Amino acid sequence: MNIVNFTPITAFTGGLLIGLAVILFFVFNGRLIGVSGIASNFLTSKNNIMDNFLFLIGLIVAPIAYKLITQKEINISISSSLLLLAIAGLLVGAGTRISGGCTSGHGISGIGRFSLRSIVATVTFMIVGILTILIKNII
Amino acid sequence: MNRVVSLISGIIFGVGLTVSQMINPAKVLGFLNIFGDWDPSLAFVMIGALIISSPFFHLCKNNKKPIFADNFSYSNNKELNKRLIIGSSLFGAGWGLAGLCPGPAIASLTLLNTSSVIFVITMFVGFYLSDIYKEK
Repeated sequence: MNIVNFTPITAFTGGLLIGLAVILFFVFNGRLIGVSGIASNFLTSKNNIMDNFLFLIGLIVAPIAYKLITQKEINISISSSLLLLAIAGLLVGAGTRISGGCTSGHGISGIGRFSLRSIVATVTFMIVGILTILIKNII
Repeated sequence: MNRVVSLISGIIFGVGLTVSQMINPAKVLGFLNIFGDWDPSLAFVMIGALIISSPFFHLCKNNKKPIFADNFSYSNNKELNKRLIIGSSLFGAGWGLAGLCPGPAIASLTLLNTSSVIFVITMFVGFYLSDIYKEK
């Protein structure tokens, strides 16, 4: 193991902001933030449709607003082929809906309230993610 | 008012993903590459988010209702079943393939790269396809 590109301070700061968003949504609106849940419910359910829509809009405009205000470049590097991205998208969409959560829903909101179900889900998707990278590196 | 909170929560969440660079799939793949060149940053994002949010969940346990809604609404499902394991495994595989999960994928749409758009479209198709898996 080799530690590279480690950015603990920005990671922790960003994490605090994510936590703050989770608190606001919970304390004011009584709901948990799980992006897969909000996005899939926006498509399939009429409940809270305006709230889900506005949350997603906020999420989408945030990086651009951040870029305009701070004048910092946002680096994104995606090296996967489009076919691989499409397969990954299908797996992420189906998987998060079947298990009822993603990195935010299970990993933060779920673990935050000590849900065993979410802890099991998070450990599972992290282990499978790590194995996937291992296999990808071998191939 | 709850709509304003929804919008603000979305913005703060998205800024958090941007500041922490979790919007960049390379950072996420670096975290999952634990046996190679490992980037532990994602763990610090989760620690930051949990340190601040977890106490609130427990403080609010005795509150009857949230400020702008009639009641707290979230799943209280405690069942550890096959659906949870199979779903999480499928998600983990997709996450490991591309380094994108729903939050960062949607947030990165504004940066207008084809990759995010393809990923988000197929992810929405995946939401629909998941209904095929009905067993329990």
